[in-house]
Amino acid sequence: MPENNRKIALELGLQEEEYQKILTILGRTPTPTEIAMFSVEWSEHCGYPHSRKWFELFPREGNFAALVGEDAGGIVYQGTAIVFKMESHNHPSQVEPRQGAATGIGGIIRDILGSGARPIACLDSLHFGSLDDRRSRYLLKGVVDGIAFYGNCVGVPTVAGELCFHPSFQGNCLVNVMCLGVAPREALAPARAQGEGNLILYVGNKTGRDGIGGCSVLASQEFGEGEEKRPSVQIGDPFTEKCLIEATLEALESGYVLGIKDMGAAGLTCSSSEMAASGECGVEIDLNRVPVREENMEAWEIMMSESQERMLLCVDKEHEQQVIDIFHKWGLEAATIGRVITQDKVVIKQRGEVVAQIPAQALTQPPVYDPPQIKPAYLDEVNDARWRKIFPPSDWGEVLTKMVSSPNLSSRRWVYEQYDHMVQTNTVVLPGSGTVILRIKDEKWGIGVTSDCNPVYCYLDPYRGTQIAVAEAARNLASVGARPAGITDCLNFGNPQKPDRYWQFVQAIKGLAEAARFFGLPVVSGNVSFYNESPQGAVHPTPTIGMVGIIEDVNRAISSSFTQEGSWVILLGDTKEELGGSEYLQLMFGLEVGPPPEVNLETERKLQNLLLDLVSRGLLLSSLDLSEGGLALALVEGCVTGEQAMGVKVELESLGSMREDALLFGESCGRALVSVSPACLAQVQSICEKYEIPARVLGKTGGDKLVVEKSSRVLISTKVDKIARLWTDALSSLL
Amino acid sequence: MKFGVVVFPGSNCDHDCYYALSQVVGVETTLLWHQERDLKNCDAVVLPGGFSYGDYLRTGAIARFSPIMDSIRQFAQAGGLVLGICNGFQILLESGLLPGALLPNRSGHFICRFVYLRVENNRTPFTSLFQLGEVLKIPIAHNQGNFFASSTDIRSFLDNRQVVFRYCDSRGEVTEVSNPNGSLESIAGLTNCEGNVMGMMPHPERSAEEILGSTDGKKVFQSIVKWWEEKEIARK
Amino acid sequence: MNFIGKVVVLLKEGVFDPQGVTIKNALHNLSFSQVSRVRTGKYFEVEFEADSESEAENQLKSMCQELLSNPVIEEYSFQVETE
Repeated sequence: MPENNRKIALELGLQEEEYQKILTILGRTPTPTEIAMFSVEWSEHCGYPHSRKWFELFPREGNFAALVGEDAGGIVYQGTAIVFKMESHNHPSQVEPRQGAATGIGGIIRDILGSGARPIACLDSLHFGSLDDRRSRYLLKGVVDGIAFYGNCVGVPTVAGELCFHPSFQGNCLVNVMCLGVAPREALAPARAQGEGNLILYVGNKTGRDGIGGCSVLASQEFGEGEEKRPSVQIGDPFTEKCLIEATLEALESGYVLGIKDMGAAGLTCSSSEMAASGECGVEIDLNRVPVREENMEAWEIMMSESQERMLLCVDKEHEQQVIDIFHKWGLEAATIGRVITQDKVVIKQRGEVVAQIPAQALTQPPVYDPPQIKPAYLDEVNDARWRKIFPPSDWGEVLTKMVSSPNLSSRRWVYEQYDHMVQTNTVVLPGSGTVILRIKDEKWGIGVTSDCNPVYCYLDPYRGTQIAVAEAARNLASVGARPAGITDCLNFGNPQKPDRYWQFVQAIKGLAEAARFFGLPVVSGNVSFYNESPQGAVHPTPTIGMVGIIEDVNRAISSSFTQEGSWVILLGDTKEELGGSEYLQLMFGLEVGPPPEVNLETERKLQNLLLDLVSRGLLLSSLDLSEGGLALALVEGCVTGEQAMGVKVELESLGSMREDALLFGESCGRALVSVSPACLAQVQSICEKYEIPARVLGKTGGDKLVVEKSSRVLISTKVDKIARLWTDALSSLL
Repeated sequence: MKFGVVVFPGSNCDHDCYYALSQVVGVETTLLWHQERDLKNCDAVVLPGGFSYGDYLRTGAIARFSPIMDSIRQFAQAGGLVLGICNGFQILLESGLLPGALLPNRSGHFICRFVYLRVENNRTPFTSLFQLGEVLKIPIAHNQGNFFASSTDIRSFLDNRQVVFRYCDSRGEVTEVSNPNGSLESIAGLTNCEGNVMGMMPHPERSAEEILGSTDGKKVFQSIVKWWEEKEIARK
Repeated sequence: MNFIGKVVVLLKEGVFDPQGVTIKNALHNLSFSQVSRVRTGKYFEVEFEADSESEAENQLKSMCQELLSNPVIEEYSFQVETE
């Protein structure tokens, strides 16, 4: 018997030393149900054993009041809590893209709902293998369809995100989803059980054998060649989720709900034990009262099930029925399955017998590992700046055409038009025209939200690459007038037991922590996804940064589109001769070499403050930070994203002498492209001087052509409506 | 005047309609729960967009059996004003309060974007503030907005001037390219024969404020208010 | 020879079928209380050519496995008829 149980434990992914630790905690051989509970609670996905140690580096305070380490991560502005979190659903999406992505959206929405906030927006950051590959196209279509299916139905707008193609994601796509919600600060609900004798209420869908072991088995192992490890896939039910959102918010408003937690990864195990542990009490649960969809479910199956659209509530024992009635009104299951006890333990009963009895504190404190790190050997090889020896092409117009119609730089319209990005009527700057801004009804202020990461930069230099991601996200927000306020992250890496992968992870964490601290941004929540590997190797390190900012006057929000003929186009910040890691090198020469562009956090901060100042004074007509594709792509976006395409003519001589490809397509950090009406030019220039940010007037908007000259020599001259068509239609025509 | 906005399980534009009516237009508005039968003395009823019952089975197919729909049917038959938006339009079709059907979009997927509409009939309670031929900018967000009916029916809709809005381009031209979902005759909004029930796929509540990029949708609601007030004055 | 393949695709036993559950509840609300379960699925008719009935079956099976069903969550059954 004990030997057999040890075998089960190892099969479920527990390590020998972890099993020994369980024996010590319990002082006896664990039951199969207990082993199952430990295996999910201590898995990478729930317990973060390989990463938790490093979270201490993250700043927990910043420019705005922060909610960190409490039950919900977020910031507080003028009494309103803005709660946000990002999470991965990589492996489920690789197996079944539509349902994998759909349940990812469902899960992150419940995460936010569990804090007591109304979910108001979702973002998705998606990474796939090369678009030439049939499987990649299948995954992309399935994932977008899944997000649309779930997000549209549930009535939470999907407003922003990223879409990136790179061969390193060929056998292991990344699907990172983020949700944000708002609530009055005092209305947030704790994720804890409290008060002896109070009741534990199960609400939402019934429990089936969905995704059993999904989190530990799926998220904690690499994909094998045959992708044979296919546990039953979870199916999303957005209709029930929508009802669950309304019912839960109504129940919270009643005041009878004392604590709440979503049943996400590791389902009932995680929610019950963590509510008990954070309430410093225990819970006793009778599995015979859990609404089940299938007959004869074993205790361990019920405890591990990842059936969707379920929440666990701690309810005042005097008002059980009132709360149940609310859920019944919305057509949902609601069953009292247990009660709060004073001892530190989670007691699980089935058919009158105790099948598990574990100290809640010990169960929720998984071991912490610090495996060895080794700097990967490839780094010196790829960072040799060999691009300097490349002979540049002769026809820049042709290069631009190729760039604007490429998978990574073209318009994302095919994606965001499939998402309802307007429901709730708060989206005041729409996707496709810069950084999305959401208003808060009846308030003057609003929220800017963005996500960012360039996996190639992070591959070439994980530390710098991650800092660039933070700096770019912040620049992105500042460019539309939103002051960066807080960060959530989703850190996607390979197998942490391989020292080179782990080194990348630790470098990224350090880069993130330092940049966040420098900018005064708390890391309020996050998620780590390891084991993103296929037989071809690990994915490029992808620490996705989700960032939220505050715009003080939402009426001042601006977009990236040129709006007025004859306005001055100004480039803020310095352009250096940098092409390492650029889209240009990858697309035109198939070269993935570094080093990635330098990032100077001090300059970035000055630029952010400058942009915020300019937007708040209403001095800019449009604004866009420079990133992939450099100045040329920023000019294109300015020209084509407005209601009517508008031309521009610029002269690059003032940027200094350097390779023309670096001028046009280099991705130097710390830059933004703004347009200014002639009447405001002098004022804008003098403000730029005050912030010590170089402001070079490149030219004027107008006409129907995009013209780029250097020392009066024409580098590019092309009709904007042609470029607009290419840019807009590229993605759908590549599918 | 008082508006009622119906809440079906899965409605997701109910709060948006409520906000646009009560806060933006500034008219008394109440929410009506699908299981009730009492219309609470409302003078106009809005069936909002969303995914009632998840759109499972067919869009609107299950919602039409809600108790409140019996009351709405009687209300409509007595000449009461009923506006169905998006999923609300689909429910009106399934209930037989409007003729025709909505098929999946020609593109095969959901489309969310601003479109232009041309006002084809401004002598309805829903369009009384518009000029004939006026071009409106109002967004759509749907999977199944591809209007379909038999060719005889379509002819009679046109003859009876039941077609209220058609998709067009920014200059008001009705073209193949300006038709976002494949609707026959580019139909975006339709009334019943009597003209007191209208369904439309675009979302007026999403274009009721300057900050959202258009105020054309607000005028749809204001038209209803104006029409009702004029009728009240006439009655008195 | 011309064949018609008639294919039914259903979610596998044990895989959650939210549409089926919602439709069952709606039938209960309409007083069809005798209904104990509804499963939703897809029905296809595929017209194609093959040399023999057994080849037609093989072809149709491949179509089911590669496209018509998603083997991760769905199961299929079919009949082949001659036109």
